[in-house]
Amino acid sequence: MRFLRRFFIRLSNFTARRRADQRLQEEMAEHLALQTEENLRASMSPAEARRQAALKLGAAAAIRENYHAEQSLPFFENLSQDLRYAARMLLRSPGFSLIAVATIALGVGATTAIYSVIDATLLHPLPYPRPSELVRIEANLPGVGAHDVGFSIPELRDLQNAGIFQYVSFCFFGSENVTGSAQPTHIAGATVSPSYFAVLGVDAALGRTFNPYDASPGSNGEVIISDGLWKRAFGADPHIVEKSLRLDNDLFQIVGVMPASFRDQGQTREQVGTELWAADGFSDRTPPMRGTRLVYETIARLQPGLSPEAAQGRLDALVASLKKQYPADYPPQAEWTFHLTPLAESLVGNVRQSLILLFGAVGLVLLISCVNVANLLLARASARGREMAVRQALGAARMRLIRQLLTESLLLFVLGGTTGFAVLFCARKFLLQFIPESLPRLNDISISWGVLAFAIVVSVAAGTIFGLAPAWLTSRLDLTTTLRQEGRGSNGSRKRSRLRHVLVIGELALSLVLMVAAGLLLRSFWDLFKVQLGFNPTRVMAIETTLPNPNDPKTDIYRTATQESVFLREALRRIRTLPGVEETAVSDRAALPLGHGQIDLRQRPLIREGQDVQSSQPPLIDTSIVSPEYFHLLGMTLLRGRLFADQDLEDTPSIAVINQAAARTYWPGKDGKGEDPVGKRVIVRSRVAKPGWTTIVGVIADARTESLADAGIPQMYFDIYQRPAKFLALYLRGQVDPATIAAQVRTQVQAVDPEIPVFHAETLGDVLSSSLSVRRFSMEMVALFAATALLLAALGIYGTISFLVNEQSREIAIRLALGAQRRDILKMVLRQGLTLAGVGAGVGLVGAIIVSHLMAGLLYGVSPYDLSTFAGVTAVLTAVAIASSYVPALRAMRLDPITTLHSE
Amino acid sequence: MKEKPDVLQGTLALMVLKTLDVLGQQHGYGIARRIEQISGDILALNQGTLYPLLLKLEHEGSIVSEWGASENNRRARFYRLTATGRKQLQTETRDWNQTAAIIARFFEVKAEDLP
Repeated sequence: MRFLRRFFIRLSNFTARRRADQRLQEEMAEHLALQTEENLRASMSPAEARRQAALKLGAAAAIRENYHAEQSLPFFENLSQDLRYAARMLLRSPGFSLIAVATIALGVGATTAIYSVIDATLLHPLPYPRPSELVRIEANLPGVGAHDVGFSIPELRDLQNAGIFQYVSFCFFGSENVTGSAQPTHIAGATVSPSYFAVLGVDAALGRTFNPYDASPGSNGEVIISDGLWKRAFGADPHIVEKSLRLDNDLFQIVGVMPASFRDQGQTREQVGTELWAADGFSDRTPPMRGTRLVYETIARLQPGLSPEAAQGRLDALVASLKKQYPADYPPQAEWTFHLTPLAESLVGNVRQSLILLFGAVGLVLLISCVNVANLLLARASARGREMAVRQALGAARMRLIRQLLTESLLLFVLGGTTGFAVLFCARKFLLQFIPESLPRLNDISISWGVLAFAIVVSVAAGTIFGLAPAWLTSRLDLTTTLRQEGRGSNGSRKRSRLRHVLVIGELALSLVLMVAAGLLLRSFWDLFKVQLGFNPTRVMAIETTLPNPNDPKTDIYRTATQESVFLREALRRIRTLPGVEETAVSDRAALPLGHGQIDLRQRPLIREGQDVQSSQPPLIDTSIVSPEYFHLLGMTLLRGRLFADQDLEDTPSIAVINQAAARTYWPGKDGKGEDPVGKRVIVRSRVAKPGWTTIVGVIADARTESLADAGIPQMYFDIYQRPAKFLALYLRGQVDPATIAAQVRTQVQAVDPEIPVFHAETLGDVLSSSLSVRRFSMEMVALFAATALLLAALGIYGTISFLVNEQSREIAIRLALGAQRRDILKMVLRQGLTLAGVGAGVGLVGAIIVSHLMAGLLYGVSPYDLSTFAGVTAVLTAVAIASSYVPALRAMRLDPITTLHSE
Repeated sequence: MKEKPDVLQGTLALMVLKTLDVLGQQHGYGIARRIEQISGDILALNQGTLYPLLLKLEHEGSIVSEWGASENNRRARFYRLTATGRKQLQTETRDWNQTAAIIARFFEVKAEDLP
């Protein structure tokens, strides 16, 4: 209490600049007078009496200082003094201050920008209660090389009853046709198990969520809608609960509306923006067999206090006991396992690596900009040598000098940091455009208080670290020589110039690392961009549509392929009549090149005649369903056999086409040379397939329709007129206007069936570039950072060489006066620049090898130790180093020895 | 803002408080004089150090001060103990006595007293 009271009185004195000097003076005068009287009474001479009194009182100046220190807060007083002085110093050399502040603003601003992205995607917890309990469960069969094979109903029940999780839930992201209204709308919807919202731990804002213990099989007829859909489609009707809506002709009852702040979990923007959730237990149409895996996206909430590692351990035990119990369903060679991932981690997925790379790159830029400023500070230190010497000669302690210099550099860094933050804050809308849409949790990116705190902490830390060394060296000088040399300070600055060399070498090394990283990313991106696609995306437009998918098959008017083909053929015929359209085709959405697959993009077990019939763990293959024109429209080449033809119909024998990778993988032949798969028979089961054998009739060349990076993914295509599909993509090739084509196609499709929505028109070129967007983003950012780093390093080497030339001007003048050739002087200065560049490049190459090794996973088609990239980057760096030392070298060469020597 | 209790400063503060307790209202010189008188020549004190200390005690609320007239009718600053100061004096006196007693007992103990 006493200390606090004292502190606050002193603080108020300090802020009010209240001074008690007058009072002390008076008290001391009185004290002296009384003591002098006393001394006089002791029969001293008046002069002696005054002298003794003054002696007894002690040193007046020291007392006043102590008194003042007690009156106020000396620490803050010194700080404010230092700050005022620092501000004056910065204003006195505006050029220096501007460059330094701008450099720091660049470094801190860029770092903060990337941090805000990382903060939202990697650091921010998911917006659900106790997010650390949320996990994703995956089932894998490493023995047959299959990942995320899904779960069967008994397996899900085992998971739910294992005591490891509070709730287990699955979800199918998809889309729903809301029909019955004037215009059929198409929204992002999800089919979830009733426990879904219990897993997420979020309650409805209006009404209720599903009952998590509802075990009724199939749809229970309940849906929950988002706040957005409630406002948009139902005018925020407060009595919406218990009303019904139609999805694909099925009647559903709305039981709840989610809060406005609720975002679904999911990787894509579409999934996060889900607007409707339909509850679905397990279908009663399928018998609950262990081997029938139907459910993929499975999330769960762990029991409180159970760590994911401990849960994984218990899960492994569960797997072991199930394998023992059902040996027929889980053959040991398949190595069936469950794998847990924290949900937050699984949502961010492979973006994490790119973001960490970006953060590393921007961190290097920050480091380089700090080094540059430290270099500037050192250069100024030599100019201020005399000032420091005078201060020291007048009795300033070294710590006090360091403190003052540190205050100056901190002011500089904090100014720079806040400038950078302010620019970032003002430009945030503009900058957000550059972030690819496919980045997970894009909506969460914001310039928040946490980001501001980050910017300030970074500036202060950088200011302390990079201000301390210059302050240390500036304050350390030899008084006599410095004062005698009138501040030329060439002797005392040897340490400083050594440090400057180290700093420049560091800058060069760091920028080399960045440039190598950028070069490698550029090469990978270019290779991917220039890759042989194996299909032709030019002038192809894809438009999505979804056929109704009612729960009761009896009400489905598109149940069989024959029923569907009537609609498809008529719709395609009508679209072909649109102006500019040359060719049309249709496929399910799994066949959409580079599109993100949905429910039906799943691998299916492939049973080959004579090989896999007995096995309960057949290999899995990507399947898609296409119309006969699909291959021609996309320009995919037939290698063997034939493609689909008009005479292949539902009642003719089932046929399939595979790609070369599938032929290579599944029909390798006895001697490994490959056997002809044409004519071979397989069974690939699906909900819509007729039982029985399918004959392979053709082999097409590999195309990168699944992944740009991998051409060799086995594919199997079925004829849409033999196997019906619900989630469709329409293709048209020709000269069409992308802005109006969706409406034109919609008119034509709805002329056939007015209940069918048409949406999401995109050119394949756009699909292609958006599939590269995260790669493109990180490549562009790293390239930008590398360019900045190179520029800063060039400035650094320019500054250092200029400074060296300045310091050596006397030496150069003498050399010239003694008859040195100007060419030699040029060479001498350039050699200094080259030495710095050489050492910097050497150190940088070592760093670059380490960094490129770490980022190998982000590269495509280029070795992390690509010689040409390394050599090219080193050459660029050397060229820049020579160019930036050339200007000061020219200045040195043109030095006039007479004026130089006279001015000294 | 807590400072290390310097032995001398701590003792000096106690002396000042005790002086004000005995003498009532007193100015700086009077306090210095009194301390000097009681301690004899043993305590060589720079009288000036008293003033920052008085200010500190005032900040802590142990004493208050006001202007008044001194013996020779000049303006002087007079210091007076507050209720807080009196309480502080009591606790500090008790602590001091306790410490002194413990130290004294240590000095009294001889080797043969130990069991």
